[in-house]
Amino acid sequence: MNKDNLIISKKKFNSRLIVGTGKYNSMTECAKAIKLSGAEIVTVAVRRVNITDKKKPLLMDYIDPKRITYLPNTAGCFNSREALRTLRLAREIGGWKLVKLEVLGDKKNLFPEMIETLKSTEVLAKEGFKVMVYCNDDPLMAKRLENAGACAIMPLAAPIGSGLGILNKVNIKIIRKQTKLPLIIDAGLGQASDATIAMELGCDGVLVNTAIAKAKKPFEMAVAFKNAVLAGRLSYLSGRIEKTIMGKPSSPSEGII
Amino acid sequence: MKKIKKIKIKLNGKEKFIIENSKITTLINDLNIPIKKVAIELNQEILDKKKLNKIKLKKDDTVEIVHFIGGG
Repeated sequence: MNKDNLIISKKKFNSRLIVGTGKYNSMTECAKAIKLSGAEIVTVAVRRVNITDKKKPLLMDYIDPKRITYLPNTAGCFNSREALRTLRLAREIGGWKLVKLEVLGDKKNLFPEMIETLKSTEVLAKEGFKVMVYCNDDPLMAKRLENAGACAIMPLAAPIGSGLGILNKVNIKIIRKQTKLPLIIDAGLGQASDATIAMELGCDGVLVNTAIAKAKKPFEMAVAFKNAVLAGRLSYLSGRIEKTIMGKPSSPSEGII
Repeated sequence: MKKIKKIKIKLNGKEKFIIENSKITTLINDLNIPIKKVAIELNQEILDKKKLNKIKLKKDDTVEIVHFIGGG
């Protein structure tokens, strides 16, 4: 079998699972869960340095950016101005150009504000960023993001942190059919099987944070997601059987005694 | 002896008094912040980390120092 890599902006990754680094009880727990998940890309947030507590542990001391690709994210930004500022700062920290754009529109449902997202994508692409874009599951908007220069389309499965799984499989399938860009399900997954379903729909990868970090056993769940993504991908590539409403026996009818 | 004049700046949203005309690098070093792991903004403008040495702080400057933390 040929090596089945995830390719984003010409960079190859072995793992199709991207994980978030938020919501863990400790940095040690976060680092161990990432290792067990096999993820090679992790999302990170840009925030103020704690100037009063100098001993606060730094993420980079636990997750080596030379070994794991940091994907700076604009989580918490509610307009284009904030998102652009955040990603420009992220680039200055250490030259990060591959970024995840996430502009939220509503504090309760955390749905993406797509007009601001589209505007930001255009600006960032022109500035040389490789923008992976968190978006709603609307095929028309996904197309516009692609035209605006996105390097990956990242539709939600369901609201961030909701654990509801993929609510609109049909839309995800339509987006899959229309784009050759990496398609990554981002947000809303609750359990490992949700990741398998995403992969079976033909997605190139999934991004998971809460479902692993807040599971009762995050390490075990990290392994479960790793295997679920592998299973889903292989299942998708294997070509499933046609669905029928009648039964077909698995044993030959010839030679029945 | 000339009296050392202190000025007020805003650092990461909090007021801070520093010696007038001190360099931004002095401020960062005093705070024990590893420059390689942060980005710095002065009055909403991102600073080129290679050119920090030349920048002196003035009264009412707003400085933001950010880094990566865990996030989704």
